[in-house]
Amino acid sequence: MSKHHISATINGDPAEFLCDTQQTLLDVLRDELNLTGSKEGCGSGDCGACSVMVNDRLVCSCLVLGVEAQGATINTIEGVAEGDQLHTIQKHFLSEAALQCGICTPGFIVATKALLEKNPNPTETEARYWLAGNLCRCTGYDKIIKAVMNAAAEMRGA
Amino acid sequence: MAKVVLPLDAARAFANGETHVEVDAIDVRSLVKALDQRYPGIGQRLRTGTAVAVDGEIFQDPYLEAVRPDSEVYFLPAIEGG
Amino acid sequence: MGNEEKQNKVLGEGKGKYRVIGTRPVRPDGVDKVTGKANFGADLNVADMIHGRVVRSPHAHAKIKSINVKKALALPGVKAVITAADFPELGPGDIAAGEVTVSFHDMSLTVIARKKALYDGHAIAAVAATTPEIAARAAELIEVEYQVLKPVMTWKQAMDPTAPLLHEGQITKGVKPAPEKPSNVAARSEFALGDLAAGFAEAEVIVEHEFSTETVHQGYIEPHACVASMSADGMATVWASSQGQFMVRAYVAKLCGMDISKIKVIPAEIGGGFGGKTVVYLEPLAVALAKKSGRPVKMVMTRDEVFRATGPTSGGHGRCKIGAKKDGTITAADLEMEYEAGAFPGSPVMLGCMTGTTPYDIKNMRAVGYDVVVNRPKAAAYRAPGAPVAAFIVESTMDMLADKLGMCPLELRLKNAAKEGTKAPYGPKFLAIGYEDTLLAAKASKHWNTPLGPNQGRGIASGFWFNIGGNSSASVALNEDGTVIVVEGNPDIGGSRASMAMMTAEVLGIDVSRVKPLVADTESVPYSDLTGGSRVTFATGKAVVEAAQDVVKQLRQRAAKIWEVDIDQVEWKDGMAVAIETDKYKPLSIADIARMAGKTGGPISGKANINAAGAGPGFGTHICDVEVDPETGYVKVLRYTAIQDVGTAIHPSYVEGQLQGGAAQGIGWALNEEYVYSKEGNLLNTGFLDYRVPVASDLPMIDAILVECPNPGHPYGVRGVGEVPIVPPLAAVANAVSHAIGKRVDSLPISPPKLLAKIQSKG
Repeated sequence: MSKHHISATINGDPAEFLCDTQQTLLDVLRDELNLTGSKEGCGSGDCGACSVMVNDRLVCSCLVLGVEAQGATINTIEGVAEGDQLHTIQKHFLSEAALQCGICTPGFIVATKALLEKNPNPTETEARYWLAGNLCRCTGYDKIIKAVMNAAAEMRGA
Repeated sequence: MAKVVLPLDAARAFANGETHVEVDAIDVRSLVKALDQRYPGIGQRLRTGTAVAVDGEIFQDPYLEAVRPDSEVYFLPAIEGG
Repeated sequence: MGNEEKQNKVLGEGKGKYRVIGTRPVRPDGVDKVTGKANFGADLNVADMIHGRVVRSPHAHAKIKSINVKKALALPGVKAVITAADFPELGPGDIAAGEVTVSFHDMSLTVIARKKALYDGHAIAAVAATTPEIAARAAELIEVEYQVLKPVMTWKQAMDPTAPLLHEGQITKGVKPAPEKPSNVAARSEFALGDLAAGFAEAEVIVEHEFSTETVHQGYIEPHACVASMSADGMATVWASSQGQFMVRAYVAKLCGMDISKIKVIPAEIGGGFGGKTVVYLEPLAVALAKKSGRPVKMVMTRDEVFRATGPTSGGHGRCKIGAKKDGTITAADLEMEYEAGAFPGSPVMLGCMTGTTPYDIKNMRAVGYDVVVNRPKAAAYRAPGAPVAAFIVESTMDMLADKLGMCPLELRLKNAAKEGTKAPYGPKFLAIGYEDTLLAAKASKHWNTPLGPNQGRGIASGFWFNIGGNSSASVALNEDGTVIVVEGNPDIGGSRASMAMMTAEVLGIDVSRVKPLVADTESVPYSDLTGGSRVTFATGKAVVEAAQDVVKQLRQRAAKIWEVDIDQVEWKDGMAVAIETDKYKPLSIADIARMAGKTGGPISGKANINAAGAGPGFGTHICDVEVDPETGYVKVLRYTAIQDVGTAIHPSYVEGQLQGGAAQGIGWALNEEYVYSKEGNLLNTGFLDYRVPVASDLPMIDAILVECPNPGHPYGVRGVGEVPIVPPLAAVANAVSHAIGKRVDSLPISPPKLLAKIQSKG
């Protein structure tokens, strides 16, 4: 079976790749495009470590097929910082020590960015429910939620 | 003489169930050697998977740690962790 | 959030004593981790690489009659197939020296089954092919003929005298005289102090109860992954995410029958381990496949494989009986427990026996444990292995005792708290410990003194872990510009590079941003024991401090040379060499001396290779508030405080993180997590949807209170902190739920259907 030729915009740049029908978007990002910042923790959409934005929608890239990316605008963890300037969310994850092992961190940051674009002033409960699709086994979420709330406040200019 | 406490299973297997014994030794190595002379076979048991507490300080891989005449020495299972 | 009383606190002596220690700098590996640059186990691809896949047993208990690999080998793209026949057969006598008793015989059979499949998911064969898809197809073409046997799934079934045996001829160890008949009980262990009968005779109040828990998994988010490459001259390179590159090297060497010098292990970033990555599963298979195919082989587990075939920790069952005087003085405690080891002996029941009653000064006690094999994956270490289940049993019984005495459960604990000089159940007397301080901090906390509403309950529980030292190596090298590199051999699982850099900076008196820590491969740093047992900040930290002190000595020597004075005339102060009792010489900074290194004797570096003794035991006390929905049995954790004696917190944020993360895992263990097997012994919940670890919306903020009672065995007073926080939560949650519903909850997890049945039951 021949591969599919897919064109998409990834982190603002035009991208082309070939993929098998059964390859997920996560497989494509990691194995074909070397964007290994998105992680596979489960392959079933339960852990959120592979969170990316497809056409401004937060998705688990392990649940999207590579071929579905045709014409799509995709944003991954690799596109969150601008050059050497970390995003406010990234800075707060660092200053609040909101990571231990760090495997879930890219997914959390992508999901947090999606949250704050939609709802710049979430309550703690709203943040917790939005991020309930991202598993972290190290931190107990305490410092992650603090980082999210503090980043939100800074981004609002509060 | 150092006061030595043996693990229950080792005491039962080699030392007629006697858990509290007194041994004259300068370090853990000589202490185990002395015990083995008294209770043949116990040396091997005490050298495998065993930690030693000398006066409350635990050594995971004991050999040359000093033992004083008034020391309390406990043999306990080597401890792992997660 | 924004609530002053919910801020994390550091109490105790360490505060303000140091310039770097106790501050909260950004971790050195942080930027890579928030930008996606950090390379974890599955992130590496090498040239010419192919992909491995494991064939796993669909049966919980079966004899392997034959394995036919012909069809798989014939599939285009398949480069190698291996079975147990490709590995040396190790005997029962193959035990790791020095370390904890590791049976390589059992380990080799865990990595790949030889004659019998002992659990659903047991590795039977492995295949390597040019793509993951071809490897998966080839795995399906491997024909295994099984003779299915009756599975033995629980300790109770396994201890039945008529139960099928997992291991023919297994005689229970630790019983005299040795039983004549083999059984599924691998070992019995016992710890005792004083006279149990006399202790209970002295008691005025006695409580006794039975408890049970289920198998749970560490639940690290990163599945096991590695790449192995082997050259024609037999030199292997393994990139692996593990808790110890030297552990991987030693185990691969033994299981593959290779010299240690022929294996290089390069540690990847590790995406969580919690004890589950202190063993190998894929690495020996990848090395064997690489050898056979001549190509680098990448192996990555699926989540399903992680649950079915890697390290859960034991489900346990036990009875506890505690006797006390009316004033609360405990006179005797008797604990008997059975832990499910999985398919091979080695549950942490012995450690459970050694830790369960340890927070208390009990003159007459006994703890007996049975290590029982069942057709489940072999238990691997999980954070304070053995202690959480024992603490659940003992701390729940303590709660019942407090109820019966009409005493506050915190006061009951205070009355009996272990102190310096108290004899631990496993023998020795404690040196300086801070258990009492954790109780006093709990008593003084706002949390403990806040009233509860209807259907709400509050639980308190304590926990103990030994903490260990062990072998660690470190070197500190001075760069030409006065910056510093610290090299160590322990994978950084939760921020240890930050603490290594901070301790180095503290010794050298320089800013932590000038220190770069590095976790090196097995050929770039001498041997270090694995990351586990809460040993790294303590033991590797001790090595780092010694190596940095070595550098300071050399810096003073170089300054002495430059000034033409004796080294005794030079002291090291705030990152500068200063001449004592004279202002004749301008102080030299570390950069000044670095610049002059070539002229004064060459490059400067220090090293330390130690077997660290003096690990300080850790104690913690947790408070949990819950609300129970009486209609559904759903438990909501409303508020949680974790208090712990942490010795000295090097980086308080990461210490708090250990307390918060351990508490969250413990809450999951208490409320949701369990392995669910079918009657046939197949694991039914092999994904995170059905094996439910706590998510953000399940939890409140977890307040961490750090009590600092410095460990005399470490230059900065460090105690291990990672294990203790998972010990108290099971009982803290269960006690809270018990108080909320007015009935004793004695079986974990406290899932809604189970709790609803309990609420609706009589009595």
